[in-house]
Amino acid sequence: MNATSDRPKVGLFVTCLVDLFRPVVGFAAVKLIEDAGCQVDVPMAQTCCGQPAYNSGDRADTRAIAENTIRAFEGFDYVVAPSGSCAGMLKKHYPALFKGDPAWEARAKAFSAKVHELVSFLVDVRGMDRVTAANAGAVTYHDSCSGLRELGIKGQPRALLSSMAGTEIREMRDPDVCCGFGGTFCVKYPDISNATVEQKTGCIEASGAKTLLAGDLGCLMNMAGKLKRQGSRVEARHVAEVLAGMTDTAPIGGKG
Amino acid sequence: MSPRDAIMTNIRGALAAGGSDEARRKAVEARLSRPPKGVIPARGQLDDEARVELFCEMARRVTASVVRVRSHDRVPKAVSEYLRAKNLPSSIRIGDDRRLKSMPWDKFGSLEVRRGPSDGFDETGVSHALAGIAETGTVALASGKDNPTTINFLPEHHIVVVDAKDISGDLESVMGRVRKKFGKGEMPRTLNLITGPSRSGDIEQKIILGAHGPRAVHVIVVG
Amino acid sequence: MQITSPAFKQNARHALDDAQLQKALGNVRGGFIDKRQKAVDALPEFDALRDSARDIKNHTLENLDLYLEAYEKQVTAAGGHVHWAETAADARRIVLDICRMTNARTVTKGKSMITEEIELNDFLEAAGIQPIETDLGEYIIQLRGEHPSHIIAPAVHVNKEQVEADFRRVHNHLAPDRDLTEPETLLDEARRILRAKYFEADVGITGANFLVAETGSSIIVTNEGNGDLTQLLPRVHVVLASIEKIVPTLNDASQILRVLARSATGQDMSVYTTLSTGPKRNGDPDGPEQYHVILLDNGRSSMLGTEFQEMLRCIRCGACMNHCPVYHAIGGHAYGWVYPGPMGAVLTPALIGIDKGGHLPNASTFCGRCEAVCPMKIPLPKMMRHWREKEFERGLNPATQRYGLGIWAWFARRPWAYNLATSLGIPVLGMLGGRNRRFSWLPLAGGWTRHRDLPAPDSRTFRQQWRERDAIKQGALS
Repeated sequence: MNATSDRPKVGLFVTCLVDLFRPVVGFAAVKLIEDAGCQVDVPMAQTCCGQPAYNSGDRADTRAIAENTIRAFEGFDYVVAPSGSCAGMLKKHYPALFKGDPAWEARAKAFSAKVHELVSFLVDVRGMDRVTAANAGAVTYHDSCSGLRELGIKGQPRALLSSMAGTEIREMRDPDVCCGFGGTFCVKYPDISNATVEQKTGCIEASGAKTLLAGDLGCLMNMAGKLKRQGSRVEARHVAEVLAGMTDTAPIGGKG
Repeated sequence: MSPRDAIMTNIRGALAAGGSDEARRKAVEARLSRPPKGVIPARGQLDDEARVELFCEMARRVTASVVRVRSHDRVPKAVSEYLRAKNLPSSIRIGDDRRLKSMPWDKFGSLEVRRGPSDGFDETGVSHALAGIAETGTVALASGKDNPTTINFLPEHHIVVVDAKDISGDLESVMGRVRKKFGKGEMPRTLNLITGPSRSGDIEQKIILGAHGPRAVHVIVVG
Repeated sequence: MQITSPAFKQNARHALDDAQLQKALGNVRGGFIDKRQKAVDALPEFDALRDSARDIKNHTLENLDLYLEAYEKQVTAAGGHVHWAETAADARRIVLDICRMTNARTVTKGKSMITEEIELNDFLEAAGIQPIETDLGEYIIQLRGEHPSHIIAPAVHVNKEQVEADFRRVHNHLAPDRDLTEPETLLDEARRILRAKYFEADVGITGANFLVAETGSSIIVTNEGNGDLTQLLPRVHVVLASIEKIVPTLNDASQILRVLARSATGQDMSVYTTLSTGPKRNGDPDGPEQYHVILLDNGRSSMLGTEFQEMLRCIRCGACMNHCPVYHAIGGHAYGWVYPGPMGAVLTPALIGIDKGGHLPNASTFCGRCEAVCPMKIPLPKMMRHWREKEFERGLNPATQRYGLGIWAWFARRPWAYNLATSLGIPVLGMLGGRNRRFSWLPLAGGWTRHRDLPAPDSRTFRQQWRERDAIKQGALS
């Protein structure tokens, strides 16, 4: 046990979509964080980051959820989430929620300072520059909006993918343009969301890649759902699955 | 309450939290009397010759044509060469600008020089610019009888003479020259900053020259 | 103009089905973005200038009353007249008074979103005065009886074939064999028609991109030159501008000009940047005899000191809509009032009320591209969220949405309930996902499954599996 005591303690913020829809992403994240020399635990008191309430204007519920999250992760050196969107919520928006609150502001800031999105944590914080997995074939990477614009995630996943033998990144046109998911947006305005995801799947198909990767399960479910509906053969996976070499499970939305 | 007072009352009510009035007044007066320069792009901060060259290059990029001549005496020749090359009638419109008036136009006997503001029937107008701005290839023209503003907009071709020594690196420097020339807080009726010929992209976002103003801008740099 | 923002969803559906519009919107997705990027890349100081521009406007807004006073003093000193208008109706009445005083029959207009906001054209026409739009795009949509669908490219929703048809309908002198198939020939025709109008007009009305307190100047930024002819040839020049257009000095205007054209059209500088100060001077051979400025509030001062104050930094460059996936999908008219896109999603509810404009701040994926390109660094998504909070506080969002959110939040606040519900529910859903691992239909998920399949969950949640793994590990250790 002593071998682990000097390793940083990472609390994995699973995110509700990974927890409910795609557990393999969580296990891939655990493997990658351990490979980066950390010990990982998953506090059971976590639920959701609160973003659906926050973006619906429901501040009271958001705060209550945020307090729960902050409490759940207070013993860790880092909090890591396999999602740019949830990590963005924890890192960038929690402090704003508690602004001016003497009891909570400092706590929220201390919490946010420890939060990282998974791939940027591996590369920027832990200095990882290669992974042992290989042979992902022709992949294309979609930059999810929050990760890209709130947390500056762009080069990190591409750097790790480039380190994989037998893997080729085929950039799609406009990889940094929104896929039309937008959380509750995609069910509140399904027609507009559909027009946007159609643009995106067109770019994905045109890239010639076999596999679509991204760092956010919400966007991936949206794009995969559209690709499937269109009868596309492109398979969608969370980037962590590929980086961890955990691609035995069926791709998002199933095979074929 | 007058509309003015109502608006002001609203604004002051909304700004109540923003510090004492005395401190605000001081800050405003300071800014108005000594305008800070802000961020000045390095692009135009060059020595004299490089600055003039940058001006010419930037003007060409916005599809103006540019020639350089050594002295004011050479301007009429450059103008008549432009007219001939473009197959334009040998006629120009100029204002009362002393520098333009004293040029040897009569050396080109066939050239008709019409004076005063443009009436809308001139193919070609010639103006003397107050200044040039190297960072963007812009010319600055002040209204008045010397260089009537109609000459800048009504003719199909606008020839602008600018002295090399009047070309500044950046826009703020030209604003400084305007303050110096007209007095602090004073302005000519119009100051036109012109960057290339008129254009529109309003139909299918395709850029076409010659929307409502001149179809072509020809710049003659003197010196 | 009639406000159709409450029917945003139907408007959007209509826009998505409009083949002409969809073709035209391809021009927005293409040109604007690349041109802006090139111009930005060529200026290393661009980001520093954005900070500078933001700071200038923040300072101005904090001292708006004082700068307005200074501006008014300078306009008056230059021989101009300043009029103050609290509401759209006040501004319209002032314009009409000026027109009546000068016996105006026709009025030329430079491109101005403020005159759209106060619905000036209909008003003048009703009063027997003919307004003529002179910006090519504005002219086209005036012929079509439409409103701008973009704040800097008003006719971006129209294709050239439609322009030809409009010209043939209205310009009845046109020979049938006259070639009007290309933008070049169409522009020539418009230029010829409008040139005569500038000379006929009694009053020219323009907006303003900036009002400079230091000198009392109004600044317009254009490419066509129509705004200049509009203010140069008639006897009277009227500037209509909202109060937040003020900047302190010529230097401040210069700083913001550097980010304006680059953000709007990807030009380093627009073709015409024109500073106008008062009527023509003694001895001037051209220029208007009268110079009037109408300073319009129309709700701006009520935004000061609120979470929407930063919106008053907006310089109307259009970069936010040029980069918006929602605008790309549906164009500007679907937003249902004057200002479309992200800036409209924040400004419109402030000006027409959140009860009418509520859809607009909701119809955003929060992708953040608007904020990333905004030259004034306006946090547009944050302000859209503020509007959602206002809506939520007032109970204005749909009951189904509140109900669904309420149930979800109840569980999310209670980890034990959340764990229980998900550990029971997910296996069922996972089983229903079948061999394909996806749903093409699911009750209560119609918004999703109408257009795409829903990937099915595994048979157990991550946390169920993690706990089991942990238990096995513990067992092995003991």
